[in-house]
Amino acid sequence: MTTKKHNLIDQNLQDLNNDGVDRRGFLKCMAWAGTGLVWTMSGGIPASRAFAKVYGRHAGKVGDFSFVQISDSHIGFNKPANPDVTATLQTAINKINAMPHKPDFIIHTGDLSQLSKPSEFDTLDQALKGAAAKQIYFVPGEHDMLTDNGEEYLQRYGKGTKGSGWYSFDHKGVHFVGLVNVANLKAGGMGSLGHEQLEWLEGDLKGRSASTPIVLFAHIPLWTIYPDWGWGTDDSEQALSYVKRFGSVTVLNGHIHQIMQKIEGKVSFHTAMSTAFPQPAPGTAPSAGPMKVPADQLQRVLGITDVNYLVSGSSLAIVDSPLGDSGSSASGSGRGLAVVDSLFG
Amino acid sequence: MTTKKMWIVGLATTVMIAMLLLAGTPSSAANHQPSEASADVKIDNFSFGPQTLTVSVGTTVVWTNRDDIPHTVVSTEGVFKSKVRDTDEMFSYTFTKAGTYPYFCSVHPKMTGKVVVQ
Repeated sequence: MTTKKHNLIDQNLQDLNNDGVDRRGFLKCMAWAGTGLVWTMSGGIPASRAFAKVYGRHAGKVGDFSFVQISDSHIGFNKPANPDVTATLQTAINKINAMPHKPDFIIHTGDLSQLSKPSEFDTLDQALKGAAAKQIYFVPGEHDMLTDNGEEYLQRYGKGTKGSGWYSFDHKGVHFVGLVNVANLKAGGMGSLGHEQLEWLEGDLKGRSASTPIVLFAHIPLWTIYPDWGWGTDDSEQALSYVKRFGSVTVLNGHIHQIMQKIEGKVSFHTAMSTAFPQPAPGTAPSAGPMKVPADQLQRVLGITDVNYLVSGSSLAIVDSPLGDSGSSASGSGRGLAVVDSLFG
Repeated sequence: MTTKKMWIVGLATTVMIAMLLLAGTPSSAANHQPSEASADVKIDNFSFGPQTLTVSVGTTVVWTNRDDIPHTVVSTEGVFKSKVRDTDEMFSYTFTKAGTYPYFCSVHPKMTGKVVVQ
């Protein structure tokens, strides 16, 4: 671990003391620690501590706004790892609808479908219609671009986007950028943004104040998690060089069907669980294929991610929750967003 | 003669002409060569096996996806390109010229292989 990270964690701990988490908050924190199997696997940052801080602030007050990230729905997948991915997507939507604070919108970080079939996209759309948050932003996963260079995806979800589906938008002072790193992949490589998109990104960010919080989201991680399985993006360094000058950068990805995170300077990286099936931790299986878990365990390894933006702390809180109710784990970068990953079960 | 019968005669004639035309094409001639060999590549655990396959000219190579995840078989040099192949689906290509043919899965580009045709 770098010194930088240590400093950040130390800062988090100090903030935690300043926040004076009450006994109730502490117990909650312990409860999450108890369900922290997912957490333990996720990058080595003592997030439950950071989480207490974040949640302490949240106990009586929700963020200035929040949004939810869902990922990897793989509608159309029907193998033993999860024979009913539509049902688990529905569970995720129910969970979002039951949240005490209503998210302003939902971001889906790709692999909406298994095979890019119109019928699969139809099923996804039908399910998402039931979400209380009506605004949904998408980026494609490689499973959504399997036919006709992604025409089907782009016709449905890419209106007003550039190139293979990238775009940006602003929401309550935060600048969001949806990137596509699953198109025109090269033999032997990992994810790729490509020259045209990088040029567009540089222009998109140019002229924005360094105090603008930035959220980048894309399907494949924009940091290298495990090259052997292609879990990274070949030209992500270039993209990240454009956000270095900003005070708060949050990078949200999917693809690997598990929570991983890393904080590097002012940039915090986070990957979400799938709503469909889990994948093995890097290098723990012969391949990255769907991981079969006992049916009663499935909802513990699927989930959603709740991201809260707090203007006061100029920070985002991220909380991951399983689909079932047994818990969530959270992290905060100290500055920026709080991300909460919610497991299903 | 009824319209229907005329239609059938017309169709039959078209089919006969098509067959005659086909018989004259070089690809059909290739079928008369002794090698109608085929060879298999299995896709398992996000890899092509064998990763390097050596065959003789005229061999048809058949790829079978045995993963739970869809893959493709795409020539790096644009020689052949499969549609997406889901579990147990196959793709085949007949190699009519000697050479080395690198290929990869365009969905998971870390997956690479090559066919050497002698």
